[in-house]
Amino acid sequence: MSLLDDGWAFGAEFADPLASLDTSIPDGVDGALLAAYALGLADDALVAAQRMTWWCSRAPELELDLAWANVALDLLGQARPLLVRAATAEPALVPALPAGSPIPAEDALAFFREPAGFRNHRLVEGADADFAQAVVRLLLLSTTRLAVFERLRHSRDQVLAGVAAKGVPELAYHRDLAAQWFLVLAGGTEESRRRTVAAVAALWPLHVEALETHAVEVAAARAGVGADPADVREQVAAVLGPLLETAGVVPPPSGRARPAATGRDGAHTAEFAPLLDEMQSVARAHPMGRW
Amino acid sequence: MNDQPHTDEWAVYEVFVRSRRGLNHVHVGSVHAPDPALALRHARDVYTRRNEGVSLWVVPAAAITASDPGEKEALFEPSADKVFRHPTAYQVPEGVSHL
Repeated sequence: MSLLDDGWAFGAEFADPLASLDTSIPDGVDGALLAAYALGLADDALVAAQRMTWWCSRAPELELDLAWANVALDLLGQARPLLVRAATAEPALVPALPAGSPIPAEDALAFFREPAGFRNHRLVEGADADFAQAVVRLLLLSTTRLAVFERLRHSRDQVLAGVAAKGVPELAYHRDLAAQWFLVLAGGTEESRRRTVAAVAALWPLHVEALETHAVEVAAARAGVGADPADVREQVAAVLGPLLETAGVVPPPSGRARPAATGRDGAHTAEFAPLLDEMQSVARAHPMGRW
Repeated sequence: MNDQPHTDEWAVYEVFVRSRRGLNHVHVGSVHAPDPALALRHARDVYTRRNEGVSLWVVPAAAITASDPGEKEALFEPSADKVFRHPTAYQVPEGVSHL
C-alpha cells in the first residue's frame, strides 16, 4: 500500500485471500466426492488457461494479446487452490513422484496426470480455429462458470466458497469482455459475422454437453458443497438467450444424444493429449525440480 | 455500439487513469479498439493490470486538438520571464497544507 501511495505500482502487496481459509472437510461430506467436484472446476480453468495462452503474441492486436493473457492468468489463479483442495480432500488422487521430490501436490496433479485423469469439459480443450472461436468459447465458459461460482460462494466447504468469492468479479469481467466482443464481431463485417455464426455452431454442442447434469455435481449439490446444475442451466440460458438474440445469432438445435461419457468422466478429444504433452513436458523432464 | 462506422483500421483512444479517489485522471498511453466500450476494456487490461487505478477515461485521439510544435515559441516562451505571475510574494498562513 505504501508503494502505491508513492505512485509506484510495482511491489504492491497482494495478500492471498485464501491463505487463512478453514481447510477441514465439512461434516458429513465425503472427501472423495469433494475432491472429484473440485477437480472438475480446477481442470476447466487449468486447461482453458493453457489454451488461451496460445493467443499471446498471435491475437489480432497487442491489446488482445494482453486481454487473453490476463484472463488465462485469472483462470490459472482459480485452478491452483482448487487443485490443492482436491489433493487435501482425497490424497490418493495425487500422482506418485520420486521419493524426496519437492513438487507440491497441485503441480503433481497438473503436470503428472494422464489425459484420462483430467475432468475438464471438452469445451475448453479445443484449439481455437480463429479469434471468433476464442471469443465464443470464452463467452460460453465464463457465463457457465460465473453461474456456478455465484452459487459456490455459499458452499459449506470454506475453500470452495473462498475461491468462488474471489473468482466472481474475475469471471464477471471475462463474460463482459467476451460479450462485448461477441456483439462487435456479430455486428461487424460480413466476414466477422460469418465466422461468429460458424463459431457458435461449432461450439454449441460442447456447451450443451458442459451443462449436462453429472452425478458428481448432483451429489456435491446435495451435500451442500456444490452448485445445483439445474439452477446453473437456468441462469446461463437467461444470460445467453438475450445476448444471442441481440446479436441475431441462432444457436443450432441441441438434438444430439447425450454422449455416454464426457470430459467430466475423463473422455477427451484427440486434441487434448498433444495440449497436455506441451503443458507437462518441462515438469515431467524434471520430476525432482524446484520452481 | 454497433452504429459505429467500420473501417479497416481500429481507432486510437487516449487513456487516462485515476490512481485513487481525490486525484485527477492522468494520461498513461493509448489503445486501439473498434469502439469506445471495448477501448475502455482494453485500457483496463493494458494499463490497470497491477492495481494502478480506480477510474478510467478513454478519449478518441481524433477528438483531441493539440498545439502545433512549430508555434511553441509564440505560445510558451512569453511566459518564461513573468515571475510576477507566481504567487511567491504571499506568506502562507500556518496550518494550511497541500499548497
